[in-house]
Amino acid sequence: MEFGPHLMLASLEGAVIASILALTAMGLSIVFGVMRVVNVAHGEFFMLGAVIAWWVASHVGGHAAFGFLAALIIAPLFVGAMAAGVDRLILKRIEYDPDRTIVGTIGVLYIIQQTTLMTFGPDARPVEAPFNTRLALPWFEWGENGFAMFWPWGLSTTSYKLFVIVAAAVILLALWMLITRTKLGLIMRATQQDSETAQAFGVPVGRVYSWVFGLGAGLAAIGAVLVVPIQQAHYLMGHDPLLLSFIVVIIGGLGSLPGTVIAAFLIGMSDGIISVFFSPTLAKIFATLLVAMVLVFRPQGLMGRRAP
Amino acid sequence: MTASRKSMGLHLGVLVVLAALFFILPPYHTGNMARIMVLAIYAMGYNFLFGYTGLLSLGHALFFAAGMYGFGMTVTQLGLPVPVAFAFGILAAAVVSLVIGLLALRTSGVAFMIVTLMFAQAGYLTILYFGEYTRGDEGFVIKQAQRTVAGIDLTSEAGRYGAAFILFAICFLLLARLVQSPFGRTLIAIRENEERTRMLGYDATRLKLQAIVVSGAVSGMGGATYALLFGYVGATFATVQYSIFPLLWVLLGGAGTTVGPLIGVLFMFYLIDISSSYTDAYMLIAGVVLVLLTMFAPQGLAGELRKRVMPWLP
Amino acid sequence: MSNGKTNKSTINRRSALIGMGASVGAMAASGSFGFASAQSVAPIKIGFQKHATGIGAAYGRWYDTTTQAATKRINDMGGINGRPVELVIEDDGTDPKRGAEVVEKFATQHNCDVAFGTLFSHVVFGSAPRAGELKLPYFVVSEGHHVASGKLNRYTLQPGITDVKSQVQSMAPFVGDTLGKKVTMIYPDFAFGHDHRDFFSDAIEAQGGEVVAKIAIPPTETTFTRYFPSIPRETEVVYHVMVGPAVLTFVKELGEFFGPSRPEIFGFIDSLEAVDINSPGLEFLEGTYFWEGNPRHAQADQTSHDKAFRAAVGVDDRGASLADSKDVSTYAHMFGCWETLNIIKRGMEAADYQGPADRSRLIEAVEAMTDMPASDDHPQGPKRFNGKTHQTFGQQYISQVKDGKLVCVHTASIEDGLYEDEVDYTTQSF
Repeated sequence: MEFGPHLMLASLEGAVIASILALTAMGLSIVFGVMRVVNVAHGEFFMLGAVIAWWVASHVGGHAAFGFLAALIIAPLFVGAMAAGVDRLILKRIEYDPDRTIVGTIGVLYIIQQTTLMTFGPDARPVEAPFNTRLALPWFEWGENGFAMFWPWGLSTTSYKLFVIVAAAVILLALWMLITRTKLGLIMRATQQDSETAQAFGVPVGRVYSWVFGLGAGLAAIGAVLVVPIQQAHYLMGHDPLLLSFIVVIIGGLGSLPGTVIAAFLIGMSDGIISVFFSPTLAKIFATLLVAMVLVFRPQGLMGRRAP
Repeated sequence: MTASRKSMGLHLGVLVVLAALFFILPPYHTGNMARIMVLAIYAMGYNFLFGYTGLLSLGHALFFAAGMYGFGMTVTQLGLPVPVAFAFGILAAAVVSLVIGLLALRTSGVAFMIVTLMFAQAGYLTILYFGEYTRGDEGFVIKQAQRTVAGIDLTSEAGRYGAAFILFAICFLLLARLVQSPFGRTLIAIRENEERTRMLGYDATRLKLQAIVVSGAVSGMGGATYALLFGYVGATFATVQYSIFPLLWVLLGGAGTTVGPLIGVLFMFYLIDISSSYTDAYMLIAGVVLVLLTMFAPQGLAGELRKRVMPWLP
Repeated sequence: MSNGKTNKSTINRRSALIGMGASVGAMAASGSFGFASAQSVAPIKIGFQKHATGIGAAYGRWYDTTTQAATKRINDMGGINGRPVELVIEDDGTDPKRGAEVVEKFATQHNCDVAFGTLFSHVVFGSAPRAGELKLPYFVVSEGHHVASGKLNRYTLQPGITDVKSQVQSMAPFVGDTLGKKVTMIYPDFAFGHDHRDFFSDAIEAQGGEVVAKIAIPPTETTFTRYFPSIPRETEVVYHVMVGPAVLTFVKELGEFFGPSRPEIFGFIDSLEAVDINSPGLEFLEGTYFWEGNPRHAQADQTSHDKAFRAAVGVDDRGASLADSKDVSTYAHMFGCWETLNIIKRGMEAADYQGPADRSRLIEAVEAMTDMPASDDHPQGPKRFNGKTHQTFGQQYISQVKDGKLVCVHTASIEDGLYEDEVDYTTQSF
């Protein structure tokens, strides 16, 4: 494939990855920002979202869209409620101590993974996309006959992939409104900035934490429901989203929501675009080092403020 | 009895017990103990940085792998004698940790975690990329004939246990001494309050760099020892999972205690081994135990001991 | 199982014992041989290293099913040397470190007579040194080239499944003659993929073809489209092989990339093992070709052996579980467990195996094996075992997808897959 179309295809693919990543990482970012804990089980909440989506879709008859829509509502609610339960049952009792939270959430990770393996099984299971038309894309070039349009071999995307990008943007926008325009958002921000003062002003910090933890997990689940018609539900699929969202949150700057989105796009796109120039594994190595170097030279992250 | 005497007694006691276990335990468990001691070397290396210096790295698998490949590749492909190759493995890990340290120490806290994680990930991919030499994920075997030192066959049960014990004992005693030396105490001071330590005139960054190199070299020695005693080198050991293991072992055993890493490895190993003989769902049990442990023994096992009965525990 | 196993396995064992009891009764009644007449009725213990968790779990489950079925059949026929066979199952977590620990456990804790199982080659590499040191015969069903390459030891054998070098080499004539000469290879960027790359490149060049591009995909990858533009336009055949949970995404995206104008596509069924060929998004596979270790869909000329094998394991004519037609087996690989257990049985009988002291005699007995005709013991087809390299060679199948069914269009002979010996394990001491 010629350079131009190749770059365009890689960018489109990168945008899809970045959209999902932005949603998943946003979940982690909110938890990290407000509660200051590392949730190692975040990837498992993602995986649960995908598995539940499969379960819902396979129990809802009719057109594939019904199952998908049902999953889009049920999966995040269920996963969010479960995460809130984890918060009440475990995190609250270990007082959100950073080290203990790591051990505790590793424990939760094992529990969720093993339970899924025993019930859902080890196979990767597909969910049918509500719609999935292959869209061939044109490319323009100045040739001998002036400006010409042609259809390069292989340059295409699918309607569903474009939908994922749009859906992620809409959800992120809604989240932004929630946090900046509503009272709930105000309470969250107050808790994030100074939980003790917030408590003194009557904010039920404990309950806010549960909500936030549930919201974070729910966002991961939404990301998973969106991705599962492209990839498949599998009990080990939470591994990469965890690492990537973790990286995104830190690169973006701790607690900065715009930073998280920017970082998600930086990482998603760079992965795609660098792969145009190098062999796949080498591209991955360079992309990884590039992102690490961002942090080495800007330790507070892209949008983060210098630590006091 | 003074604290340092008690501590000396404790360390020697641990070693005496470990030595005696070889003669008491049935073969299956001596095999396990050899393995546990090797992994404990890795955990002790990690603990030096995490438990004593307060730096949480998620990239130690890279140091473990550097030692492993540094030893394994020179012994199989260059045919170096075992002791030379072994030293080369440790050196490789020290150099890698120095480079990573120089870069990663520009950051702190969670950024340090992520930077180390990403360098380790790049390292893992590099091992795969050079699959022609490293044999990638599949790895390679070090033949029995190449695992003999001074006429002692390290593939025999006694040879393996002996080698694991000696190398463990060296690291155990050296690190126990090191954390009580002025260098170690300054590191603890950095962990407790870096600003204040700086104001007292210490070059904290330089000290932390030294701590990373010590930690990386010991972790690399763990990797080289694993390759030497169990005859296998593979990229699995460079994955994130193997960076999280030492963190888990150390947190379980008790961060910032000298016996914690050994206890953590021992606990985790037998937790998996025993529960897997009762149920396929052993990870579920492991998960529940981890949750309970962190709820009821927040300082790790040795940490709780120190808090409750042995305040002198180093 | 011994030393307490899962509840599930305990039930399995109990039912196996009931089955055994019934068959012993039947034999005693008919006055023929049986466990009762044997000197020692202590079971022969076979340690089964299972990918119960980790990346290989989908394979592990079917390896387990097949192994249980083969064990039951052996016990129903009177066991080995008059002794019942007992499986000891341990999870290796698809991890080389745990794999080695499990092998130790078989040897020193469970006192198994032999160890058996496992697919992923890194687990084989991690475990084999320990098996050799503990002098525990280790029968692998991995299709890796590790055994025949001479990298392992005299105690490690692969008698039940053809290795990747042989598989790949025997595919080249068909690909070169029928599909095209200019091949682009897409494979995972780890040792298994590199074996495909190296062995196939050589083999296709011998056919007068060439590999025009080699696209190695990093193993952690979950989406693939962005790598496909590297497929050169002149490509006549795309050769793909993928493993792991992302295989379905890979094949789907390959179809979406090409759209209506695809070149010929030849894949190793590994890319779709345990996946229904009629999954949504796979419609474009119609007309493409697959290597199959054992045809997943029952063919028109199905042998009675294949029929019996399917019935015993519990899969239907489309290679899916009888209980759930969506639950597709790893049919192209799992026959290896069945055949390997039968070879262990014959080896033990030939060596008059009594206990661990006879382990080296067992190895020698297996090394002495050569041709094995197709039979109920060998439902995949005839085999030729090379005692020097510890590797077996069998027929390979190429199927084309026609109306959503894998129809075998070419059978590569054993001779197509033979290559020069790279090792002679029989010269190594025990």
